Amino acid sequence: MKLFGKEIQLQDKRRIDERTKVEKLSTFVFVLLAASFFAIPLMWLVLAPFDSDPTFRIKWPNWGLGNFSEMAENPYAYRSLMNSAIFSAGSGLAVILVGAPASYVLSRIKFAGRDAFLYILLLFSSIVTGSAAMVPLFLLSLRLNLIDTYQGVVLVLTGGLIPAAIFILKDFTDSIPKSYEESAQIFGASSFRILKDVVTPIIRPGLAVIFVWSFVQAWGNFLAPFILIRDVNKQPAAVMMYSFYNDGGQAVFRTVAAFSLIYTIPVLVMYFYVNKKYGFRFYGGIKG
Amino acid sequence: MKSKTIKGSRAAKPGNSVLGKGAATAFLSPSLIFIGIFLLIPAFWTLYLGLTDYKLVGIEALNPSFVGIDNFTKALNDPQFLSSLKLTIVYVLGSAIFGQALLGFVLAWVLNELSPRIRNIIELIVIFSWIVPGSVVAFLWFAFFNKEEGTLNAILGVNIDWLLDYPMLSIIIFNIWRGTAFSMLLFSAAIASIPKSHIEVARVAGASKMQQLRNIVLPSARSYILTNLLLITLWTFNDFGPYLLTGGGPGGQTQILPIFIYDSALRYLDFGYGSAIAAIMLFLNLVISLIVLRMSRKGKK
Amino acid sequence: MSYVSIEKITKVFPGGVRALDELDLEIKDGEFFALLGPSGCGKTTLLRTLGGLESSTSGKISFEGKDVTFLTPGARDIAMVFQDYALYPHMNVLENISYPLKVRKFSKEEINKRVTQASEALSIQMLLDRKPGQISGGQQQRVAVARAMACTPSLYLFDEPLSNLDARLRLEARTFLKQLQRELGVTTILVTHDQSEALALADRMAVMDKGRIKQVGSPAEFFHRPANIFVASFIGSTPMNLLDGLVNDGKVSIGSMTFDIPEHASTARTGDQVVFGVRPEYVSLVSGPGSGIASGVVKVTENLGTHYLVTADCNGILVRGTAPDGSEPAMGDTVHLKPEPGRSLLYNKTSEDLY
Repeated sequence: MKLFGKEIQLQDKRRIDERTKVEKLSTFVFVLLAASFFAIPLMWLVLAPFDSDPTFRIKWPNWGLGNFSEMAENPYAYRSLMNSAIFSAGSGLAVILVGAPASYVLSRIKFAGRDAFLYILLLFSSIVTGSAAMVPLFLLSLRLNLIDTYQGVVLVLTGGLIPAAIFILKDFTDSIPKSYEESAQIFGASSFRILKDVVTPIIRPGLAVIFVWSFVQAWGNFLAPFILIRDVNKQPAAVMMYSFYNDGGQAVFRTVAAFSLIYTIPVLVMYFYVNKKYGFRFYGGIKG
Repeated sequence: MKSKTIKGSRAAKPGNSVLGKGAATAFLSPSLIFIGIFLLIPAFWTLYLGLTDYKLVGIEALNPSFVGIDNFTKALNDPQFLSSLKLTIVYVLGSAIFGQALLGFVLAWVLNELSPRIRNIIELIVIFSWIVPGSVVAFLWFAFFNKEEGTLNAILGVNIDWLLDYPMLSIIIFNIWRGTAFSMLLFSAAIASIPKSHIEVARVAGASKMQQLRNIVLPSARSYILTNLLLITLWTFNDFGPYLLTGGGPGGQTQILPIFIYDSALRYLDFGYGSAIAAIMLFLNLVISLIVLRMSRKGKK
Repeated sequence: MSYVSIEKITKVFPGGVRALDELDLEIKDGEFFALLGPSGCGKTTLLRTLGGLESSTSGKISFEGKDVTFLTPGARDIAMVFQDYALYPHMNVLENISYPLKVRKFSKEEINKRVTQASEALSIQMLLDRKPGQISGGQQQRVAVARAMACTPSLYLFDEPLSNLDARLRLEARTFLKQLQRELGVTTILVTHDQSEALALADRMAVMDKGRIKQVGSPAEFFHRPANIFVASFIGSTPMNLLDGLVNDGKVSIGSMTFDIPEHASTARTGDQVVFGVRPEYVSLVSGPGSGIASGVVKVTENLGTHYLVTADCNGILVRGTAPDGSEPAMGDTVHLKPEPGRSLLYNKTSEDLY
């Protein structure tokens, strides 16, 4: 019996091993393919900026930093990055200033249909997008004299970001126990004092995340400035990048290479910063 | 005897939150104004404009007239619109639903089993593709797809002008590349939210990976899946990105709805018609949302 | 002389939930008062209403004769310790304790004095520069109490202050809290769901259920004379015997058993449906059957340290008694359980009240 039992054991073990081996191999191949799929196109961004002779192809660079100085000589390149910074920081700030108070109210004050309202709001903002509303947004800016202005783009971008920002911030505020504010109430602190001393310091991490998120969204946004800005000097990098390779031709290649890297770096930095500090695991609130 | 009046007790009345009615309204108003101006008004204005023959130049600019559903009937009979609609649907199905969502899920599922170090590296690469600005991504693929010097042709050993000969395929691959990270992260969260014990009970009972997936993981992750599908469908439906790669061409072969709207309204300056198309798009997106909401509510029971 | 006077307080939440139902309660000056009850009974709502964090739908609350029903929380001269302690994470311990004093605009010297006093009383002087996230749960709790103390309020409100502590810490904190309250001599109201905590700490207590007060009295009264079946089943670390029976000719018959009617139940009449109550601690094992004795077969014995809880099946009715350590019976043994007549209680089954 024991011998028989032992035999069975070995066979089972072999079978389990085989299964795992096939699994392991297919997993390995899949992961390799997927990683390559995502990594390869990115390599241009890492190599070409340092290549004194960049082409469309991903190749080992002829190392040098000449592209960056060439880019610096291009007046539009540098200015567009500044414009991007203005649009992005402006939007980030506006989103916080407008969105944070609203999320606080929505978190602390219950009213019938509040959760449904928020969900519908979020959904609505995914339906009424820049693409769907480009005509009214264009006309609105035209009538309000906001065409070709920084404010115009910032306002439009902010408007699109507010619903999601409120949704996220409210979720964050919900996790702060009401007892913090209530204990301050019992101590006799005024509403203003409570917001200043207790609420704001604790919400600060959430505000930072929202600022960064809004900044990044605005930084990469193409459609709004594409439609609303005519003046080349006010174009942000998103549109300038497109202009470079769409209208530029071969001569601008070196500038494009350097520019794309410089344009990308701030976003990478911000991502790492937020990830280090707060972790980028998905906020569970999106389950709905 | 011992009690004293506390100074500075201008706190809210008993039983209220910290904010009184006035403050609460003041806090909420700016957001409501923004939402009203940039969400509500444009939605209805689009519809309204679709009912007119407003153009940016010409007589119609000065004196736009109400044309009722003319624009809409014109659209439904316009082969260019119908083609655009078809292309959009293909784009959404191909790049979002069977692209990003599927790949994202498989990645989340597979990476969940791997060692944390490998998992972090792969995730990092995928996330990079997501956070690189859209215009740069467009150029990276513009380069990758290039006929003479593109790396794709070098790898495959062919000489295909991808954007010219296979434009839809190209933009679909492009969109899968830049959007999968979102689905991957969402599904990772979904998988992480399943209590380990559930899966272990199944494993002890002898369930295979496929069975575990089908019987435990997918049902648990149902709401995540639906939310994800809804969001990426809406986002992809409204995606302007392909414009940066193909401009809608060649010859309108990648002229998905957002690009078609842009061309009609802001290139040919036919605001009325362009808005009508946009209104149709809004309507379609609304219907899709309602359907998915219905589905998710049914499942909740 | 009562410090807190609650008159016909009712609280109805939007949605119709009647959390407090015309409560009347007086809490004496300087006493340690406990509000006890199962979750959802309204004890926390009552505490929060006293604190001004909830407004009452109707009724009146007075502190020392002064009507505070519509006063803001900050004007009531109270301090509250929350279940999660509510220590501000971005301030260190010193700043946390001095925060209410800063709000109330005390002078720097006065703040220093009070903070030193409070932190010494609670032995947390060495923690003053730490942040709440850097100290243990027990220490956090003491900081929360110190912060309340530093204000020298006229009334303390504690909302389950010990619930988040480990079992061992909880007992130590309990003793400490009682001693502190004695020394301070300030009226204190504590909410808890743990009946042993209430019995141990309170001078007087109230048990609540579904927004109503079921009984008010001293812990001893609660233990020996619970006024109704709800309280009887709620109080006590061992489950009280509550046996359905019928009054018959001057005796209570429960199944095939008969017991004398307890002395307090003189108004019980033949035909009344009753519930006979007696604590297992007052039911002892005797050598043989007889009148007033329940005989049955042992189903379970549970070791409680100094004695055993014996559950016996007496012709279908479960009766619980105790046997001293060393003389416990085994499962399946036949035992004879005798309730102490002086410790037995009789309840009217319909009204659920004590006779």
